Amino acid sequence: MVATKLDPKFKDEVSKTRGGQNIKRCYQCGTCNVGCPVREIEEKYNPRKIIRMTILGMRERVLSSEFIWLCSACYTCSERCPQDVRIADVMNALKNLAVKEGHVHSSFAKRLEVIEANGRLFPVSQFDNAKRKELGLPQIPPKNEEVQELCKLVGSSKPSNVGGGG
Amino acid sequence: MKYALFVGCLAPVMGRQFELSARKVAEKLGLELIDIEDFACCGFPLRSVDEETALLLATRDLCVAEGKNLDICTICTGCASTLAEAGKELSHDVGLREKVNEKLQKIGRAYKGEVKVKHFVRVLYEDIGLKKIKDQVKNSLEGLKLASHYGCHYLKPSDVFNEFEDPEVPKTLDQLISVLGAETVEYEEKIQCCGGVILDIDDNIALAMAQRKLEHVNAMGADAMVLMCPLCGSMYDRNQRVIERRFNASYGLPVLFYTQILGLALGIDPRELGLDMNRVKTSDLLSKLGF
Repeated sequence: MVATKLDPKFKDEVSKTRGGQNIKRCYQCGTCNVGCPVREIEEKYNPRKIIRMTILGMRERVLSSEFIWLCSACYTCSERCPQDVRIADVMNALKNLAVKEGHVHSSFAKRLEVIEANGRLFPVSQFDNAKRKELGLPQIPPKNEEVQELCKLVGSSKPSNVGGGG
Repeated sequence: MKYALFVGCLAPVMGRQFELSARKVAEKLGLELIDIEDFACCGFPLRSVDEETALLLATRDLCVAEGKNLDICTICTGCASTLAEAGKELSHDVGLREKVNEKLQKIGRAYKGEVKVKHFVRVLYEDIGLKKIKDQVKNSLEGLKLASHYGCHYLKPSDVFNEFEDPEVPKTLDQLISVLGAETVEYEEKIQCCGGVILDIDDNIALAMAQRKLEHVNAMGADAMVLMCPLCGSMYDRNQRVIERRFNASYGLPVLFYTQILGLALGIDPRELGLDMNRVKTSDLLSKLGF
């Protein structure tokens, strides 16, 4: 086995990150793995192990891992966890930290930009609005100036605006 | 009964029939839905990459509703849980609210913490009620076997919704189907996720997740699947052909939004409910009902 540099403070870093507050409560019972619908399809996704690696301090391995991006945010594990680790939120905390290290999954890389430009994740085209008019549905504005302002306010310094592979 | 209608990003692009039918049944049931142009992204799509900005976006939407003195009714389960979670956290955690408001003040907004957020189906269940719906049924759906699919974010995180539903054995959607006269079908892994959130991350896994459910529902001989989230709808309806091809299967299972079957039962014309916009043909289902 290849020796990995451990960072004993990693668990503290995660527990101070929004969503990661309860990570240290995990006692590795594996309830999260048992009910996970993603793991049901792909065994490589192993939330229990991701938490174990995090607590052990395997910072780089965890943050550069593609597996943290596989959580489908169904919250089944969060509901069933006897220690209230809030695993789905922990996964978000880990992804947020990964992004700060430049490990943005490609499908997320441009999201802030898209939302800034359109006010929404799925832009409404002229065609969509024409269709809406036909159906008697109200028009949806193509952008939202307040959101643009807000994104500018936080955006320039945010790594979520940085491209790159995951 | 009055709510600000939050249509979200997905429904206007991939689930117009949901938005359309929701508006029609609301009108029929005396539920007033107010459109607000200022609403934008709920923040959910950003949570993975930037929780702080996601919370700012959610709070901005809450501010918009608060400014109009309205609670929010969403048709997307993801928007419902994201906005409700932000709202709940901000009404309890004054420190967080101050921090968020510090940023929002720069765009002229501040949140007081007074907006409640509900999904449309929850509004039907709690504000309209089973009895009133039952009383207004004009065309009973008797003879139809329907399989309910609860979107994950209608149920969870359950504390966000003040334990309104049981996330392990949910019942509200089934009851809402039953009062229309249809039979509800139980099937394996009923509360399983559609996989939609990770479709862009790994489509093999996401589509396999959706395929399992189509398999289970089909095995029980259901006439249709009934759901309430545009993302779930895109997985089971819009992607059903893709799934059939990839997994060498054949389902042809109609997937309807609850508001569409409710509308049929209330006597609204199928065309007004956008039933021709569903990808999997609904014509057999409609002829079974005598349309």
